[in-house]
Amino acid sequence: MLNVSDILETINMIREENLDIRTITMGISLLDCVSDDENVLCDRIYDKITKSAENLVSVGCDIEKQYGVPIVNKRVSVTPVSLVGGRISSDGYVKVAKALQRAAETLGINFIGGFSALVHKGMTPADRNLINAIPQALCETELVCSSVNVASTKAGINMDAISVMGDVIKETAYITRDRGSIGCAKLVVFANAAEDNPFMAGAFHGVGEPDRVINVGVSGPGVVSSAIARAGDCDLSELADIIKKTAFKITRVGQLVAHEAASRLNTPFGIIDLSLAPTPAVGDSVAHILENMGLEICGTHGTTAALAMLNDAVKKGGVMASSHVGGLSGAFIPVSEDAGMINAVQQGALSIEKLEAMTAVCSVGLDMIAIPGDTSKDVICGIIADEISIGVANTKTTAVRVIPAYGKTVGDDVNFGGLLGHAPVIALRDASPAKFIARGGRIPAPIHSLKN
Amino acid sequence: MKAVITVTGKDAMGIIAKVSAECADKGANIVEITQSVLSEYFAMIMIADIDSLKIPFSDFVDSLDEIGKSAGLVINTMHEDIFSTMHHV
Repeated sequence: MLNVSDILETINMIREENLDIRTITMGISLLDCVSDDENVLCDRIYDKITKSAENLVSVGCDIEKQYGVPIVNKRVSVTPVSLVGGRISSDGYVKVAKALQRAAETLGINFIGGFSALVHKGMTPADRNLINAIPQALCETELVCSSVNVASTKAGINMDAISVMGDVIKETAYITRDRGSIGCAKLVVFANAAEDNPFMAGAFHGVGEPDRVINVGVSGPGVVSSAIARAGDCDLSELADIIKKTAFKITRVGQLVAHEAASRLNTPFGIIDLSLAPTPAVGDSVAHILENMGLEICGTHGTTAALAMLNDAVKKGGVMASSHVGGLSGAFIPVSEDAGMINAVQQGALSIEKLEAMTAVCSVGLDMIAIPGDTSKDVICGIIADEISIGVANTKTTAVRVIPAYGKTVGDDVNFGGLLGHAPVIALRDASPAKFIARGGRIPAPIHSLKN
Repeated sequence: MKAVITVTGKDAMGIIAKVSAECADKGANIVEITQSVLSEYFAMIMIADIDSLKIPFSDFVDSLDEIGKSAGLVINTMHEDIFSTMHHV
């Protein structure tokens, strides 16, 4: 039986507090597209994606109308492309990226993820060719997202791959310099990458997944923030309960939408990703949640504790609301996509070191952070190695998506537009880790990975 | 299946008539109404049976939205499942 206060609460969450479904992402396997001819490969990939997801956008829009809840993004993730590329050259991989772009345009989706390679223990020639193609692929496409998994708790950290990624990030920033080095905003370096993550830019369709699958990412920082604001001066146990209850309600909507989408698209339901994903819009900020919890500004002492509690409570509330939880599932802290984070960096309250500490207790990593354009490759590799080791040691996903904004320096602002937002360039340490990075090799897996 | 229709805005003549006429025209059977006027503001919640709806639900949502816009009201039309899913375990 419905009652008036429940109805009004739901409508208020959607209309005033920005409750939305952040993404419906269809995972599509490309394993059956393999060919030794790159043109045939591209055609098969285009055909498979456009056929599999031909109704994704229209079904998403219908569900949006039916339940009155915005579904912000409809997206596709595919099998890591290096697994289907076989012996094609780097130029061949750029062609594949363009085929992915064409498929995304045909479908009307706003991102397609999976221009990816999994190299946590080493690289095949195919992986190497794909990785070499990343700068050109991201320059010549708009909707294609790329990710590279360079470490796992089981395998350790592939420092050779991190060294290569330092060069790739620099090159991508340079060749997209006329657009704020935006190529780097579509490139993620992972540890323990999730195979069912629906969020971009790191989504890809893992090899253990079915032919097609629907994964849904919920959101709602504004809803949590408002609930905390209404709670007043309660203690932290009560606050955790309030966050849990709110996360439960948000996730229930995600579950409803996911089941409806899976059923209408005749595709298996995969997972709900319980993430608080901010947008640059006012009232949709994770930093503001932390500030509503009692911090004067995000980034000050106490931020990591507040974020750890928030992240844990969101998971506890969400997990009962969904039949399958997966993906990244935690609070995101992308600087450029969060009005409160942007403000905290501009005020000098939030440093890269604090962001790194925060990533130890939430998903997902150093995300959408603009760094000076003249940052050396070695410093970028050092940033990646630090962040990746947090993921490996804590058996969690971490990632780095930094943008060395060409021609920009500390304090400048880089605008990426749309959901990607804008970011003030953040200060880094000057001293070089070059000798450490140049050693190469693999950092062994931590002792607690030996669980068998 | 039921839809929940909420109507809010400045009070004006004939709000209920307009919405209920549209419901009847499109085949939605109103089964419950609660409404109140606070100061000059009007708030109404209708539950309508949509099993016999003559048009797709998304078109019904649009048609009520149009009426709302032309009358300076905010009309939300949503399937009941979102409320029951969110608030009942």
